[in-house]
Amino acid sequence: MRVGRLVGLVVMLLLMGCGGTRPTASPEVSQVEVFSWWTGGGEQAGLNAMIAVFQQKHPEIQFINAAVAGGAGSNARAVLATRLQAMNPPDSWQGHAGQELIGTYVKAGQIEPLNFLYEKNGWLDVMPKTLIPLISQDGKIYSVPVNIHRANMLWYNPSVLARHGVTPPQTLEEWFAGMDAMQAAGMEAPLALGEQWTAVHLFETILLACLGPDAYDGLWNGKTDWNSPQVTQALETYARVLTYTNKDAASLSWQDAAQLVSNGDAAYNVMGDWEEGFFKELNKEPLRDFGWQPVPGTQGVFQFLSDSFVLAANAPHRAEAIAWLEVVGSREGQDAFNPVKGSIPARQDADRSLYDVYLQSAMDDWAKDRIVGSLWHGVVANDSWKTQINNALGIFLMNGDVSRFQSALAEACKFSGPCR
Amino acid sequence: MTMHSKKEAWQSFLLVSPSLLAVAIFVYGFIGWTGRVSLSRWTGLLPDFTWVGLENYRKLFGDARFQIDIRNTVLFTAVFVLGALLLGLFEALLLDQGVKGEAFFRNLFLFPLAISYIVTGVVWRWLMNPASGTRLSGLNLLFERLGLHFLINDWYTTPFWGIVFIAIPAIWQMSGFTMAIYLAGLRAVPDELREAARVDGASEWQIYTRIVLPLLRPVTLSALIILGHMSLKVFDLILAVAGKQLALDVPAVYMWQTTFDGNFYGQGAAIAMLLLLSVAVLIVPYIWYTLRAEEEA
Repeated sequence: MRVGRLVGLVVMLLLMGCGGTRPTASPEVSQVEVFSWWTGGGEQAGLNAMIAVFQQKHPEIQFINAAVAGGAGSNARAVLATRLQAMNPPDSWQGHAGQELIGTYVKAGQIEPLNFLYEKNGWLDVMPKTLIPLISQDGKIYSVPVNIHRANMLWYNPSVLARHGVTPPQTLEEWFAGMDAMQAAGMEAPLALGEQWTAVHLFETILLACLGPDAYDGLWNGKTDWNSPQVTQALETYARVLTYTNKDAASLSWQDAAQLVSNGDAAYNVMGDWEEGFFKELNKEPLRDFGWQPVPGTQGVFQFLSDSFVLAANAPHRAEAIAWLEVVGSREGQDAFNPVKGSIPARQDADRSLYDVYLQSAMDDWAKDRIVGSLWHGVVANDSWKTQINNALGIFLMNGDVSRFQSALAEACKFSGPCR
Repeated sequence: MTMHSKKEAWQSFLLVSPSLLAVAIFVYGFIGWTGRVSLSRWTGLLPDFTWVGLENYRKLFGDARFQIDIRNTVLFTAVFVLGALLLGLFEALLLDQGVKGEAFFRNLFLFPLAISYIVTGVVWRWLMNPASGTRLSGLNLLFERLGLHFLINDWYTTPFWGIVFIAIPAIWQMSGFTMAIYLAGLRAVPDELREAARVDGASEWQIYTRIVLPLLRPVTLSALIILGHMSLKVFDLILAVAGKQLALDVPAVYMWQTTFDGNFYGQGAAIAMLLLLSVAVLIVPYIWYTLRAEEEA
């Protein structure tokens, strides 16, 4: 009798352990789970604006916003990888257009081609031609880009520049001369820098400035030798740039670093143009409280990145996910998202009047500049390569050894890139 | 009688079997699986079990980042374990003097233990803010207000020694634990021993160094093991204070980053196995020692 009850208890416990419940509700309920790393600032506000458009069009679908916090998605991608391995994918997730998607999810067969959506909605006619090859493999398009961001932007505080009699620099030499003057006048760190990934971001813009767009492209397709003296010189320039940065960089987020500029504690910050959305959240006035220009030496080059959404292979709610992607790619959705996030739409038929003075200038540049891809933001290198570059750079930040940095970079290209 | 005891043995086996099964699968099963992954060249989201032998391990020991990890782990462990032991012992000795309101102080020292490392990390990240000039804050600001300018420093962003500063919040949090077990150890020292020593003319200092402290040796060993294995596996505290900067990297952070940011699953598994090995080196002799001591007793 007692044994019988015990057996019953054990069986019950086992059943409780095995009957694993999924975190998402059953597929019969009309809902869509969208995964992103947009949890703060203009990013979150933009996503919410786009969700509002979606809810208006599809009030019957419950929208589940599965956003995970963390700069540039580093935490979110770890969570996503775990969910994908557990065969529990969100219906749609955010990914940087380019090698980050192709090298990771396409290779593993975890996302579905979307050519049918592009044809049905006529997106091929309204999206930039240069973008399509970057989000495709073997003619299959794998994601719907929401926006275009520019990485090679230098943000400055006009009043700090005016106080030191410095004009916005056109060349690296002018930039350095101005910062030398500021340091001489007692400003310890004219260039605000944040935690390590912002140093990688700075690094990719300096590489572009020193090498020019052709040799920069060559780094990623194997045509530029990472061991070349050209690269050595770029690394030495980077080392010099670091001498103008704050010592407490490791303790600051990119927002903290941006605030150093807006508060007048630093003159410059190199960051993607999402920084504009952040400044606006701080109630700063464009051109009066903050100014911008391409990083010196990169004028006429648009180092881009693009956030895009994918359709999971075996999405639990495929029809709803397609409805979401159609909103993402629609003019209405993009015009809701981008003015708030501080990015330009991937579509070229957007309503210009919705965009502020910075974004209109970015739209002009996107139309006429030479386009190259960003490293840290997933366009030019796959995740493995990027991680190895990040390790090499972290060690360089510690020891400042240019030649070891260069050989580690060359090694990374051999191991994870096209160099053989 | 035999029937009865047989039935009882069967019942007790049945009672522990769910946890036995769970441990077999979720602990030993996954250790084995991680070991297998560490011998594969799995890179990318798709599993790839191609056998590469000890290649992942060989590469790790030539890896500049892993060398930083080893150095940081050794420094952190040394400072943290020693600091927590000494501070805990000191607190216990103070409380053992029969101080008024002992219960209050005991709880005061113990409370940090109830907080998670993440909370400790975030708070100490604010306290140890390395900003300078007009942005001075946290402890640095306090030092400036008190006129103790020589104490103002870069905290965890100090080159080379930064990792040592992260041991401070860890010591703050864990010293309460060592205090508690030292206090229990002190209370277990029979008063007769102390009195006998006093009768023989020993000074208070001699009583502590010759009688009490040697009797506390088993307590120290237990504390050493518990603090040591926590220290080798430290992850959340580092991440909360320092984020992902290589200067303060430890194996657990590297394991996480290389696996999930870089998709180097084979290498991540190899780091996990080395972590397990380092903890085992510390713990297995201890388990063996206690088992033997129990047998003898």
